[in-house]
Amino acid sequence: MTDHTSRARAPRRRRWSWNDPATRALIYQVLILGLVGLGVWYLASNTLHNLAARNISTGFAFLHEEAGFAIGESMVEYSPADTYGHAVVVGLLNTLRVSVIGVIAATLFGTLLGISRLSKNWLISRLAGLYIEVMRNIPLLLQLLFWYAVITELMPGPRQALSPLPDVYLSNRGLKIPWLKGDAMDWIFGGLALAIILIVLVAHWARRRQDATGRIFPLVRVAIALLVAVPALAWFLSGGTLELDRPELKGFNFQGGLNMSPEFAALLAGLVIYTSAFVGEVVRSGIQAVNQGQWEAASSLGLSRRRMLRLVILPQAMRVIIPPMTSQYLNLTKNSSLAVAIGYPDIVAVTNTILNQTGQAIEGIMIIMAAYLVVSLSISVFMNWYNKRIALVER
Amino acid sequence: MDSAIPGTGRQPPRTETGPLGWIRSRLFSSPLNAILTILALWLLLMAIPALIDYLLVKPDFAATTAAQCRETGGYCWAFIREKHRLILFGIYPYDEQWRPLLASVILVVVIVCSCIRWFWKPFLGLLWVAALVAVGILMWGGILGLSYVENSRWGGLPLTLILSTFGIAFAFPFGLLLALGRRSHMPGVKAVCVVYIELIRGVPLVSLLFMSSVMLPLFLPEGFSIDKLLRAQIAIILFAAAYVAETVRGGLQAIPKGQYEGADSLGLSYWQQMRKIILPQALKIVIPPLVGIFISLFKDTSLVVIIGIFDLTQAAKAAVSDAVWRGFSTESYLFISVIYFIFCFSISRYSLSLERQLDQGQHR
Repeated sequence: MTDHTSRARAPRRRRWSWNDPATRALIYQVLILGLVGLGVWYLASNTLHNLAARNISTGFAFLHEEAGFAIGESMVEYSPADTYGHAVVVGLLNTLRVSVIGVIAATLFGTLLGISRLSKNWLISRLAGLYIEVMRNIPLLLQLLFWYAVITELMPGPRQALSPLPDVYLSNRGLKIPWLKGDAMDWIFGGLALAIILIVLVAHWARRRQDATGRIFPLVRVAIALLVAVPALAWFLSGGTLELDRPELKGFNFQGGLNMSPEFAALLAGLVIYTSAFVGEVVRSGIQAVNQGQWEAASSLGLSRRRMLRLVILPQAMRVIIPPMTSQYLNLTKNSSLAVAIGYPDIVAVTNTILNQTGQAIEGIMIIMAAYLVVSLSISVFMNWYNKRIALVER
Repeated sequence: MDSAIPGTGRQPPRTETGPLGWIRSRLFSSPLNAILTILALWLLLMAIPALIDYLLVKPDFAATTAAQCRETGGYCWAFIREKHRLILFGIYPYDEQWRPLLASVILVVVIVCSCIRWFWKPFLGLLWVAALVAVGILMWGGILGLSYVENSRWGGLPLTLILSTFGIAFAFPFGLLLALGRRSHMPGVKAVCVVYIELIRGVPLVSLLFMSSVMLPLFLPEGFSIDKLLRAQIAIILFAAAYVAETVRGGLQAIPKGQYEGADSLGLSYWQQMRKIILPQALKIVIPPLVGIFISLFKDTSLVVIIGIFDLTQAAKAAVSDAVWRGFSTESYLFISVIYFIFCFSISRYSLSLERQLDQGQHR
């Protein structure tokens, strides 16, 4: 160590000795990278050789060919005459649809479970605990198969469909609910989007005003009023028609209304029921992580129970909740790939069909992996941003 | 002020103590709670009798055919009686099914032994090797007078147990190396590990299983092939290793820097430091999450259904594909749900008790 300073002043000259940790590290790294590279090269050369032997061309040109197979449900127009590329997009949209709805539903239901688990009410907390333990410990795939079997085997046909609420029909063809239709719908959605933008602006203004003057703005009430009033106003001003589209039995199946296919319903039910059990545990541990003294301090400040939660407890609990919650969201999205087992046309199922038709195994798998990587990374980036935003500012 | 003298104070009101007080404080402490309690009680009153009716009252226990089951309704126990061998052991030769049974028992016993602290000694490793060899001999046969059974005929519970135990047994050391690599100061090594871990964690297991079934044959030189079961096992190992690595990394990060510096100052080499100082402490912290990974691995083995391997879930599906017994999916799935639940629930309870035991050292 004594010659450290003198060596720093002298022109640096690497001494190639096994006893120099820097040299050793360099050699190790070259060795490991070399081995990995060699492995990749070996696999790649084998693959190219095998592909050539089987007369399979590489590249993504096949995406422009006609798909020639039907897809059960789609959010955009699709027919078998469309290209493989379009089919992949349909699959991806189906994956996103079930993931987004699943994440929202699992968060709401899971939060309710987590709070119930902590309830002072003995019966409620025990019931929530029972639910969590049972659902966490049964494989998701099994749950999906179970719900799919319940819907397709145990539910009556459309003619004897169960109707728990008026105009809501549950049969082995899925779930039908009434929906609105008419040219005013676009205006209403436009109004909804405008309302959300307005709420964000008002919230921003309200926070700045509270920081400056200390006056509290009744944001929640204003937000609800905006959400109702702006779309209603848009509808009124547009003068468009709006009517209730009710499902009706015609022939062997229902017509009209909003349809949820058995596959989608089973997949969504399975994902939400399974993931909400995990979300419940995340929420419970988050709230329990907040020190009891925080509750006492908040109540000694004279805050109401709602303010206590909103201003003191939740901001601290969120810090614990967000990271595991992120991984639950990622899990749900990745688990939606199990759709292939019950025939919901998500990206894995669609790509698998393409892969079997064209023999483009490598490209197919690459599409699936790239799609999930992009979705996973976007969720992580968003949640990390949100986590940073709500992180407590500490000294 | 007579309450200040012990034993002479007034008793608390009866409504505050005893069963009545418990009911008051735990079930009816506020109007909202009272409503919730009544709702929950109503739910239970609806659900429990219906469940008992479905499982015990309605079904005819003497029924032996599907027709009789359909007639009485309720849970079809005859289906389980008829198909339990298929569900538990798959299409393993019927007369030889004591072998997978014994293999499952051996695996369960070894797992249970590994859970008991008294066994946490070097010979546990030997025990595992012996058990895995015994399982291999029992399942394959071909020696000791046992007839040879190729692994495409393995199935059911033993296959699920084999996939998950071999999975964790190989994923653990691999994941450990990945975790050390990710914490390494060598940028080259670190990059390789980070890319591997993030890539695997970013994609679903289903895609890896597909990859193993369609891409692995392309990766290998011509004329060289690995059988389907081994390919699935490799995919599971590669997948689980990334999760093990992230968990172990958490443990490594929790070790205070002083421990590394202390080890450095003793002049230990990197591997000596890891083996003697860092890993014993880091692994102790991450035992509970590792058990959690084992539970998810056990559940995730059910995904091999998608590439057509005959595990417990696939066996349950096969049992209902019999035309005679069509329409009894719920029976079949509920039956194996109970099996999965028993395994996962007992492991998770064990993990909780272990957490409590390991925690005690921290609160001195």
